[in-house]
Amino acid sequence: MPDGDTVRCDACPVTCFIKPGMAGACDRYANDGGILVRVDPLVVLEHTVEAGEKVVPFLGAGGAEWNGEIVKSPAAFVTAIGAGTTYPDYKPAPFIVSSKVEGVDTVTVVTEGIFSYCGCKVKVDTDRHLGPERNFVRVDGEPIGHVTTGEYGSQMLSLGGVNHLTHGGKKEGRVTCDALLHLCNGEAVEIAVDDGATAVIQAGKPPVINGKIEERMRVGCGSATIGMFAKQWYGKVDEVVVVDDHITGVLSEHQAGKVLGAGETGIRIRGRKSTPGRYFHVAEPGSGWGGTNVTDPLEIVTGFDAKHAWPGLRMLMVSTTGEQHAYYELDEALKPVEKDLPENLKESVERIAENCEPALATVLFMAGAGGSLRAGVTENPVRLTRSVREAITRVTAGGAPVYVWPGGGITFMVDVTLLPERAFGYVPTPALVAPIEFTLKREDYAALGGHMNHVRPVEDVLKDVSLRQVRAAERRR
Amino acid sequence: MREKLVRRLADGRLLLQDGPIDLIIEAVGESARAYGAAAQRFDTILDALCSELPLLRTPAREDSAPQGAVARRMWNAVLPFSRDRFITPMAAVAGSVAEEVLAAMTETAALRRAYVNDGGDIAVFLAPGECLRIGLVDRPDRPSLFGSVELRADQPARGIATSGWRGRSFSLGIADAVTVLADCASGADAAATLIANAVDIPGHPAITRRPAIDLDPQSDLQDRLVTVAVDGLDAVEINTALAAGCRVAEDFLGRGLIRAAALHLAGETRTVDGAALLRAA
Repeated sequence: MPDGDTVRCDACPVTCFIKPGMAGACDRYANDGGILVRVDPLVVLEHTVEAGEKVVPFLGAGGAEWNGEIVKSPAAFVTAIGAGTTYPDYKPAPFIVSSKVEGVDTVTVVTEGIFSYCGCKVKVDTDRHLGPERNFVRVDGEPIGHVTTGEYGSQMLSLGGVNHLTHGGKKEGRVTCDALLHLCNGEAVEIAVDDGATAVIQAGKPPVINGKIEERMRVGCGSATIGMFAKQWYGKVDEVVVVDDHITGVLSEHQAGKVLGAGETGIRIRGRKSTPGRYFHVAEPGSGWGGTNVTDPLEIVTGFDAKHAWPGLRMLMVSTTGEQHAYYELDEALKPVEKDLPENLKESVERIAENCEPALATVLFMAGAGGSLRAGVTENPVRLTRSVREAITRVTAGGAPVYVWPGGGITFMVDVTLLPERAFGYVPTPALVAPIEFTLKREDYAALGGHMNHVRPVEDVLKDVSLRQVRAAERRR
Repeated sequence: MREKLVRRLADGRLLLQDGPIDLIIEAVGESARAYGAAAQRFDTILDALCSELPLLRTPAREDSAPQGAVARRMWNAVLPFSRDRFITPMAAVAGSVAEEVLAAMTETAALRRAYVNDGGDIAVFLAPGECLRIGLVDRPDRPSLFGSVELRADQPARGIATSGWRGRSFSLGIADAVTVLADCASGADAAATLIANAVDIPGHPAITRRPAIDLDPQSDLQDRLVTVAVDGLDAVEINTALAAGCRVAEDFLGRGLIRAAALHLAGETRTVDGAALLRAA
């Protein structure tokens, strides 16, 4: 039935067979020379500040402090979303648009890049143990990335990248591409970490770990929590242990307690003492108290030294988010017995929770603009790289500011929630399609070896292509 | 790779999008409940339709009823036409989706009026005393209003649909647009398709046609010739083509299958309008 160059679109269950040059039933995907491409109308970002609507602030827009080294964005900024792409060849980018910004002739080169080298850096705000560092993160059983460093109150995941997209198995590449696309378009993706947790990750939303919504990010490590709240505890309780998988804090031994004059309690804590009142490795990582595998906090208390402890000694144990807490008093045998939390301690526990920031999963899209993409901008690709380096050319993705990595190439990162809805697409290569725009002064563009004969005035573009205008309601943030 | 979209537009209307389906919905009354019900019903519509696609792409027969609620609406809508004409349930897909989502809204919420617009095929609800004014467009690729229609609660029409070769679906005819009013959106959709097919001058050299299957390997029209270009037609030819469409529209009107139709070709308009529902812009 379908002949050689027909593409089977799997963007939706209709699964159209699309002939070359034709679009599918939705008019959103088309077959361009055997490659499935998105053909949504070009997205134009109109600055609607005067209309009282919020748009993503560009540097320099709306009276900010930018000093003019890189051109400002024009009143109507043509984003690359829906622009199409010229990959993989050497034709000029689909849209090269000129406009005047505060009297300066500027050019914006607008294209949708096909990024075979791309992925997501995901920060998951949680103390819970997602899985051992370096272990695979899987979707539908396929490895799409791995657990990388633990950061402050959060766990980093590195997803995608060329090794999963194209160097793994066929299914691995497809599943990876699919997961990245969903994450980048702000949709939820369920992941499973080898020997670890399952989690639902969605950009800008609280992570759901092992079925439980993570509401709060830790107020600090166990030691910092002691420091922050020591004054509020002093005098109301004899000992406080802030249980934390990274650094468990103990008030009586901690510098903050000493300064206040807290006496010794003879408490003995499992794990390795770092500095006074700070313990490493009190338990194994897990989804219990403070990111440990502990569900009964007394597991980390090995006993009390009779030389210093006394019957009736009052002890509070609490996690770094205040989510878990327990109060004990020592009996005659110096064994802790759990009691109701006294009223005068409730406030301090609540205050820990109150001082925690909401836990979120955040997703940065990271990709490298390779040779053919740069060739669409200029006949002399390396000059584009240099010009970006020298801050003569400003790079944006769907109008959103990006961070360009130092070093070679144009490798950038962008917060996916700053892009308009459905800014990302894919090709079955598999690779993601993402908008990228290069904005620079007209004279600089000429000096770069730009495709000057393809430059069109912005009014012209606004007039004759079908456009989708992005308004505040369409933006996710 | 699915990009299902549920979004409130800046003006408060609801946009639902899934695969090839785009719905614009407005409800007046308990609108929040209605929008919730619409989004919930919408969630499974495309998957259910796709599970029966092969059946829905073959001519409707009385003994081959499909299962899904939307598919049933499609089948019911095309059956009255299927005895003497080639028609598959796909001819009524847009109107049927609109109808089904509208039904979910009116079952859940108390509304004064509401509509579900599925790419120009519109299902309308009107409580007693209410009315809704709808603008009419002759060329979807160059939208401009040529007229309007006012649906009123005391008249039976609750569906409006437009078909033509310039639209998203293939047409066997050359009409730029045929807009039909009927009691329900699915019926209007099926009728508009058939009237647009009938606006034609068979064998005319200025009309370029290609087998549907060459353009879309899965088209329900198989190797039937669909219109891909229409060059200059003279006034007599335009009149002949429109008259052919009007004969079919009048037949449908006489059988109670539609309430009114407006046929457009090359700037010319003919109306078949028993109750004088249509008016010029």
